[in-house]
Amino acid sequence: MVQILFYAFALLLLAAALGVVTLKNPVHSALCLVVTFFSAAAIWLLLQAEFLANVLVLVYVGAVMVLFLFVVMMLDIDLEKLRSGFTHHWWLGMATAGVLALEIVGVVIARGLSPRMDMQAGVVPVPAGASNTTELGMALYTKYLFPFELAAVLLLVAIIAAIVLTMRHRRGLKVQDINAQVAVRREDRVRIVKMPAEKPAAERSP
Amino acid sequence: MITLQMLLVLSGLLFAIAVAGIFINRKNIILLLMCMELLLLSANMNFVAFSRYLGNIDGQVFVFFVLTVAAAEAAIGLAILVVLFRLRHSINVTDISSLKG
Repeated sequence: MVQILFYAFALLLLAAALGVVTLKNPVHSALCLVVTFFSAAAIWLLLQAEFLANVLVLVYVGAVMVLFLFVVMMLDIDLEKLRSGFTHHWWLGMATAGVLALEIVGVVIARGLSPRMDMQAGVVPVPAGASNTTELGMALYTKYLFPFELAAVLLLVAIIAAIVLTMRHRRGLKVQDINAQVAVRREDRVRIVKMPAEKPAAERSP
Repeated sequence: MITLQMLLVLSGLLFAIAVAGIFINRKNIILLLMCMELLLLSANMNFVAFSRYLGNIDGQVFVFFVLTVAAAEAAIGLAILVVLFRLRHSINVTDISSLKG
């Protein structure tokens, strides 16, 4: 049963990946990429890596792919010009990918036949009561605490970089200048005019 | 039963498809970024497979970090793409030749 599910999700994954690289519209490619990530998450679930499967769906499908779709739909792209290189290079890509796939699959199968590394043995079963999330958390917060904090700093740098890159200052925009408002002094705003409180008596009775 | 061999072949095929995508869509930066995500996904698949095969959690921790870096890369890459489009009104790789002598 697990094997049937694995083959189904693997086929879906490869088909969606092919869709990503061959479809003409970038929006369709992005949607195919979402399907790819979902099938990969399903395969990781079959491998009992539950936490990473959830993270893949939340982070990739939830954040990164939404960002991709947002950018693709925001930019007004001239598709015809971009596709003009498609016919020139498809055979080169196919040849490279074919050779690469043959090499990888050949090496994996050859190694699988050698007795030193038994790749046919299947994955190690998880002992009863063990939780993938607990194990991962224990490793992250003890052995890998420093890299974990570095990853947090890296994300902060990425946030700041993305904001700084895309922020733009338009000319002629009426915005508040907080510094000028705070630095204002009494003399700039208030003008004291000296004048008599009452009119002179001569004017009062004409 | 899922064997290591099946997983390695799957991730190898995914990697090959992504490399082909980089060749095919070499003018469109958005698709290049998507193909890079596919490459990272196939590498992550290997990490998870070996982590399960060896019964060692460290591989999954590494996948966690790869996901972090990939998210940062996608955010900054798309920000650069938006700035580029504002300047050039094109995301064609062949149009980016200002530094050519």
